Amino acid sequence: MIAALLAASETGNFINDLFDSFWLVLALKVAMVLGLALTAPLAVGYMEHKVLAHMQHRLGPMYAGRFHGWAQLIADGVKFIQKEDVIPKAADPWVFTLAPAVALVPYIALFLVIPFDNTIFAENLDVGIFYTLAITAISVIGVLMAGWASANKFSLIGALRAAAQLIAYELPMILAAVAVVMQAGTLSMVGITEAQHSHWYVLTQPVAFGVFLIASLAELTRPPFDMPVADSEIIFGAYTEYTGLKFAFFLLSEYAGIVAFSAIAAVLFLGGYLGPPFIGGLLPGPIWMSAKVGALAFFIVWLRATYPRLREDQLQRFSWVVLIPLMLLNIMVTATLKVLV
Amino acid sequence: MSAQEIAFVIIAGAGSLGAIRLVTSKNVVHAALYLVVALASVAAVYLIVAAEFLAWVQVLIYVGAIVVLLLFSLMLTKAPIGRETLDNQQRGMALLVAAGILGGLVFLFQDAFGASSEVNPQVTRTADVGVSLFRDFVLPFEVVSVLLLAALVGAVVIARKDEWAEQTGGGADLGAKGEAERAG
Repeated sequence: MIAALLAASETGNFINDLFDSFWLVLALKVAMVLGLALTAPLAVGYMEHKVLAHMQHRLGPMYAGRFHGWAQLIADGVKFIQKEDVIPKAADPWVFTLAPAVALVPYIALFLVIPFDNTIFAENLDVGIFYTLAITAISVIGVLMAGWASANKFSLIGALRAAAQLIAYELPMILAAVAVVMQAGTLSMVGITEAQHSHWYVLTQPVAFGVFLIASLAELTRPPFDMPVADSEIIFGAYTEYTGLKFAFFLLSEYAGIVAFSAIAAVLFLGGYLGPPFIGGLLPGPIWMSAKVGALAFFIVWLRATYPRLREDQLQRFSWVVLIPLMLLNIMVTATLKVLV
Repeated sequence: MSAQEIAFVIIAGAGSLGAIRLVTSKNVVHAALYLVVALASVAAVYLIVAAEFLAWVQVLIYVGAIVVLLLFSLMLTKAPIGRETLDNQQRGMALLVAAGILGGLVFLFQDAFGASSEVNPQVTRTADVGVSLFRDFVLPFEVVSVLLLAALVGAVVIARKDEWAEQTGGGADLGAKGEAERAG
């Protein structure tokens, strides 16, 4: 079965190979995307629990599910469902309720284009990487909605910080991706991966790789860029008034974002589903891809345990004065080399 | 009706509803959120006619950047939390302008495409869009970038005015003048 999937494909997509019916293919693809987008974040969340705990010389969750607390996040989910769904009296109920969905859906939609092998993906869009960058920008509207609708000054400040951060860091992120796209000569996620057979782009674009990771941390409002949820200043930013399932949605979108951005970074710079030279053939593509996503997610969690939070003005200056000029320079150098070489 | 037409009717309906609520809504933030619906439905229409790249440009620029900036500035300045309402007295004028634009567009489309209702969407590769943009339309492209640069420089000049006035002394006059200009 697996061998059949990995063999040369007729239509370029393993689901299209196996079935003919349009609606069946559509349903399977939706199931695949949803399944991935709803389970992978749980794995990363559990990893964060355990990794942070061990870095701080603790054990972390140990009881749920018997073995090293593996079911902790499932138990958390059940707990969130049981909680009372509180909507503040002064809040705008519609906007308040819609906000978590607006924040989560873009990150789920992003899993549509992530390739796990040259035939294993839901859709190989011609504009792949551009689609991912465009759709993640929608998520911040959900955060702004949450902050405003909560009718709480801390929430509003948190939402404004999140939006300012997104506006500042979206640009270096896109510019970093542009350099890779120029080198690969395609926007398609599968195409970019296939272009890295001889060498991964982390070797030719190390600066862009670093900037892309920094910008993804900022877009995800992960430490050290977590001013929008700075608990010592504004409680929990835009999410302060949220409880129960709606709060769980925001948490899920954060972890889905970690998985999604790790996957994009893996495709852009680490050769996606291609293994490293010499030993690449030993394991199938999906395992290499998952390993790379896991390693990058681990790195993001590691930073949380390592660095203190930046100040809001430091963060803005860092993006506009350092990262954006650096990435523009990077594009110029890449373009010059592309023409010359 | 083909599947394409059915999808168009649904999307156009949602977009029009968003656009109508955008101008009738009594709350600025709600209006901005209805703007998201209207702009996103335009992106969806681009998708129907297989202009994939254009659709995601619409999402990135309008939904992701312009509306976020709009919401951001609304919330920094005057987004009433709670049940404050707004209204304005320019309805007649606005109706006139909107009718004028509608008439103009209908005339232009009739003029350009005539009575032929043939829609022939072709899947265009993004690479072809890039080639045609940078080979056939490179001059307009460069002109637009100069225009945007001018706007950017203008924004910097306006934002820096007060600081410059303070540094060169005699800033009170200039500063006040700047304030007056902005208020006017």
